Amino acid sequence: MTEERKKRVAIIASHGTLDMAYPPLLIATGAVAMDMEASIYFTFYGLQILKKGGADKLQVAPLANPAMPMPVPNIVGMLPGMTAVATGIMKNMFKSANAASLGELLELARELGVHLVACQMTMDALGIKREELIDGLEYGGVATLLEFCSQDAITFAF
Amino acid sequence: MSVPFDQEIDCSGLACPMPIIRTKKAVDGLQVGQVLKMTATDPGSVSDMNAWTARTGHELLAQEQEGGKYVFFIRKYR
Repeated sequence: MTEERKKRVAIIASHGTLDMAYPPLLIATGAVAMDMEASIYFTFYGLQILKKGGADKLQVAPLANPAMPMPVPNIVGMLPGMTAVATGIMKNMFKSANAASLGELLELARELGVHLVACQMTMDALGIKREELIDGLEYGGVATLLEFCSQDAITFAF
Repeated sequence: MSVPFDQEIDCSGLACPMPIIRTKKAVDGLQVGQVLKMTATDPGSVSDMNAWTARTGHELLAQEQEGGKYVFFIRKYR
């Protein structure tokens, strides 16, 4: 049987909050399980996911976030410590649902062979050094992303 | 239901996407024609295992629900 080329999934991760870091990692690891080839392109705040020990430090902000599971008025959400409180509550909810942590999913993605690509330009602009990021990354620019996408990749952006 | 199987994994308590990832790893280790029994408690696994077998080409021989458990029998196709 001839091996057909694997379907591809390309995901852009440009946010550094807990809620926006989950979908890229869930979809990428799921894609590999579906016999697809997956790549996540980390740019802007998404680079925070790749910082050593950074994935499990990401937070979710209650300020200007009307969709929090426990609604927090902005006048309360702006108080010092409220982001940490909201983050703690949300992490506990995910733990109760037996969901993997972001750090666990990132490690799993690496183990499964997901291409983890750090955007060199935004790293330079934001002053992020390679040694600040986890091992096993690829570094590239828009051509790296587009070349991967050009081979019939399904694309997602977060 | 008694479907003969060659290997069994328990994904009880695991949330998406872990059941399909564990299933893929287990099926990768089987010989073609062998059967995996996978048990999960995630209700989403019913839709996900049907999608997973449709995508990967492995055969979903049978599925059953007993209490809060969802049991799947998957035959490695290739």
